[in-house]
Amino acid sequence: MGREDFSETTYMLEISDPMMAHVARAGQFVIVVLHERGERVPLTIADFDRERGTITLVIQAVGKTTRQMQQECRVGTRLFGMAGPLGKPASIGGVRKVICVGGGLGVAPVFPQVRAFKNAGAYVIGVIGFRNKDLVFWEEKFRRYCDEMIICSDDGSVGIKGLVTKGLEMSMDKHADTDRVVAIGPPIMMRACTETTRPRKIETIVSLNPIMVDGTGMCGGCRVRIGDDVRMACVDGPEFDAHTVDFDDLMSRVGRFKEQERQALERWTNNGCNLRTDCNRQSS
Amino acid sequence: MAGKTIRTIPQERTPMPVQDCHARGMNFAEVALGYDEDAARREAERCLLCPDPACVKACPVSIDIPGFIERISRGDFRGSYDALADANLLPAICGRVCPQEVQCEEVCPVGETLEPVAIGRLERWIGDHAIEQGWSTVPYIEPRRYRVGIVGSGPAGMACAADMAKAGCDVTIFEALHRPGGVLRYGIPEFRLPDEVIDAEYANLERLGVRIACNTLVGRLFTLEEMVGKLGFDGVFVATGAGSPRFAGIPGDSLNGVLSANELLTRCNLMRAREFPEYDTPLPLGRRVAVVGAGNTAMDAMRVSLRMGVEEVSCVYRRTRHESPARREELEHAEEEGIAFHWLTAPVEILDDGKGNVRGMRCTRMELGEPDRSGRRSPVPIPGSEFEFPADIVVYAIGTNPNPVLGQTSNLKLDKRGYIEVDEHLATSIAGIYAGGDIVTGAATVILAMGAGRKAARSMKAYFGVRDTETVYELGDQSATRFGIPVFEKNHTRVLAY
Repeated sequence: MGREDFSETTYMLEISDPMMAHVARAGQFVIVVLHERGERVPLTIADFDRERGTITLVIQAVGKTTRQMQQECRVGTRLFGMAGPLGKPASIGGVRKVICVGGGLGVAPVFPQVRAFKNAGAYVIGVIGFRNKDLVFWEEKFRRYCDEMIICSDDGSVGIKGLVTKGLEMSMDKHADTDRVVAIGPPIMMRACTETTRPRKIETIVSLNPIMVDGTGMCGGCRVRIGDDVRMACVDGPEFDAHTVDFDDLMSRVGRFKEQERQALERWTNNGCNLRTDCNRQSS
Repeated sequence: MAGKTIRTIPQERTPMPVQDCHARGMNFAEVALGYDEDAARREAERCLLCPDPACVKACPVSIDIPGFIERISRGDFRGSYDALADANLLPAICGRVCPQEVQCEEVCPVGETLEPVAIGRLERWIGDHAIEQGWSTVPYIEPRRYRVGIVGSGPAGMACAADMAKAGCDVTIFEALHRPGGVLRYGIPEFRLPDEVIDAEYANLERLGVRIACNTLVGRLFTLEEMVGKLGFDGVFVATGAGSPRFAGIPGDSLNGVLSANELLTRCNLMRAREFPEYDTPLPLGRRVAVVGAGNTAMDAMRVSLRMGVEEVSCVYRRTRHESPARREELEHAEEEGIAFHWLTAPVEILDDGKGNVRGMRCTRMELGEPDRSGRRSPVPIPGSEFEFPADIVVYAIGTNPNPVLGQTSNLKLDKRGYIEVDEHLATSIAGIYAGGDIVTGAATVILAMGAGRKAARSMKAYFGVRDTETVYELGDQSATRFGIPVFEKNHTRVLAY
């Protein structure tokens, strides 16, 4: 396992799993179990390297498990379990011009799509947004595959000042012939992007991240409302046509264990987890 | 009359001790405590040892029932275990979860006038005794060049794996979750089937040389076609289970607090949410849980809820107790534990508390009308009988749909509903790939899945052209040894646990 820290809360893990790296495709996710007593955490694949046989995950330390991973996962650590690739791969073919929007942590999982679209011959416009300059990561990686790129930041410390929807508007104004928009990020950001593209009737794809247990279609916990249907994000998704997604439903369901999450985090923090304030820069 | 003895069997069925119904509602320890040696021998006496036993025919895996029971009454427990394990790899599991009352025990002639012989309890006792003693039956296995991949580590997969390993094949089981056992692990709660029993049965499989690869979702990591193609498996058995839970499709289904029995059970059993926050996965259940459905899964969900500390657990079922598809013992145990049953009741809407959480259900009373295709009288709503049913959590245990992953990722022929189509030998539309268990039949029982696993193994052996080791070594000289193993033992080495 390799690791790099992007900021105090955001870190990247590069996990060696040659078989998974060989078949992983843009849009898919993995389920990680940190230790024997751990929960099953779904994480979208941020990158994969078929030659080196690695899967890359970019994780934000927000809850108990992600913080514990931040603390415990070092070069050489072994995960208790990782299953994947899960979910349907993104459909890439038949698109000539695409805008890929990534907000905050969503910047990472949108990267494989950018690369796949580029390799399939599409004209790719990247719109990535961060809160501020210090949180920016993978800029170079994106520039390599994007024909055009806009960076947005909340405070204007880098790129344009404003949300990703502003960057998205600008790109759509400039390229009226855009075939598709792919937006990945927190539900609220995906909803904002969806509402931005809706009047223009541009096909928009979002990658949903509801709460999951098994990730194989067995528990129904990740069900989402898509138009009049109920679908399972883990096996029917995670990508769906944004204009049919019921975001209110998604946002309400994402918060269903808030109280327990808080409790777990509190308990873990109090039990001497030695939260590190410095951030060790390490790379594989 | 020479050779014929007339004996009187004990008239009363030997009762099995159970945990007190008040105490057990608070713990996850096993409810039914099982026989001890005396009780087992007494119950074994009740078997008539019929020359043409009906029970064997009623058993999905054709266990030699009089054979193993007769050995118990003689005190030859090891022999009894061998007879049992010959047909059924998992006696400790099946003794606990099989619906014996509609299989072997239903046709037992003793049952015509008295209570039938408690075959299931005897099976369980032998299974437990074998685990205690560390017995396992590992025959001499001649390695063959065939490789078998099994998709799913539940009962069907386990049964098929054991038979193929005994036939000398190199067997690997692929499991998508992080622990093996399938429904035995995530579905059936510990108070019915303790984890140690599953672990012990899995240890037996490993002694046969079976490998288990967890965290492997076949279809996504590699496809079925790749398994029989470049991965070099000569045969594949698909036993993925029924999979995808059904929801009622009524307003309010997506509220927080509405979950499938699968989710509830998986969180509690596999992820150990009952020990949250020691374990990371939560399962908040509130004060009142209403479970919709009255099958075995519903019973498990209700009894788990009770043990998680829920004050009021109710069952809402649109038919009557008579139509409930649950195993009788589970239904009785649930009633004893104080679960409130609301027969002839069906939800029509789940009610919102205004914050996206469940506050209750609007239900309607039902009455039974004409019999439907399953022969059960179908429930019809009584107009104007709607009422509110308060609940914090609503759990659906109303059946499953087939899991779509293999359908999405292979060219396997499916039927209209999405189950895998097989012929009478359980062969699918792709050569070398067999399928069985719930993914073929829809939700059924552990023993039927095991039966399917064994049947698929027979077909696969015929397809490979291999015979069982036992048949191969019918040597004339009974004192011979082969690779140091006496042949008269039918190549069984009796391995003690470490």
